[in-house]
Amino acid sequence: MSRRPPEPVELIKQRRDRALAVLVEAVPYIGFLGVSFDRRGDELTGVLSYDPKLIGNPLLPALHGGAIASFLEVTAIMELSFTLLWDDVETGRILADSLSPATLPRLPKTIDFTVDYLRSGLPRDAYARARVNRQGRRYASVHVEAWQDNRQRLFAQATGHFLMPSRDD
Amino acid sequence: MTETEGMGQHPGAEGDGKVRIARQFIAAIPFSGALDMRLENIGDGIAVISMPWNAALVGDPKTGVIHGGAVSALMDTCGGAAVMCHPEALAGTATIDLRIDYMRAATPGQRITARAHCYHVTRSVAFVRAEAWDEDRARPVAAATGAFTVERPAERPKP
Repeated sequence: MSRRPPEPVELIKQRRDRALAVLVEAVPYIGFLGVSFDRRGDELTGVLSYDPKLIGNPLLPALHGGAIASFLEVTAIMELSFTLLWDDVETGRILADSLSPATLPRLPKTIDFTVDYLRSGLPRDAYARARVNRQGRRYASVHVEAWQDNRQRLFAQATGHFLMPSRDD
Repeated sequence: MTETEGMGQHPGAEGDGKVRIARQFIAAIPFSGALDMRLENIGDGIAVISMPWNAALVGDPKTGVIHGGAVSALMDTCGGAAVMCHPEALAGTATIDLRIDYMRAATPGQRITARAHCYHVTRSVAFVRAEAWDEDRARPVAAATGAFTVERPAERPKP
């Protein structure tokens, strides 16, 4: 029995990075916040690069609760969207080269989002990882955790529910 | 969690004139300024703050609808302002938790206005409800409930 030779690693990386880049570039608010994403396989880490405009309390100083909530929600939606797009791109249903903001599938819509502020956000970079706890045809539940210096010391976490885009949109 | 080391921080100030403090409070917050928030009304535990539509805040490129995170930031700022203008003099506050329900997409191009009500205060916690609208005042775009820390001014020694 003959097996197909494995794909060249550069090609795989190029395809996956391209899919992620198109998703990130499509959403203006991600650029406004200064969020980028590190990818290891299908695992994403959101990175909020510190900027003085993200401050909510200049006296401490501390990050704005709204900036933290935004970072968490952006990371949750990206995790969910990338999970969907990953399947399309890896199975060849969507060709990565043909992806553009215009041809991108619709994004999930937030139904509700609950943020738990555990400690003050320091004026430095922050990181976040999201986990899709349930993904159905119509609804998804996503948990997201954010930290700064120490992965074990979360400074915020959130759970959100999302309406999934319909496939024929 | 300690009160001095609060989360989702807002600046506080001691002294007179809660309305003046609240206006300073908005003006002094860099992230609220970056979102171009404007204090519309404030007093007795109720705050109204608005934010214009801006292409940089869009979350869904196909519809031009503002990202939920920007609406969260508006709700959080408005909730904090409502706590700080509560009749019991408060020195500052931080968000403990905030839940937002997104009822519908805000219409692109329209200003979003949030109204928050700090409806109960204990020694340590302030409870807040908030709603937000675009120009259609009959149908809210989002609702929020939150708990905030209560940081009281330091007791002054009696003369």
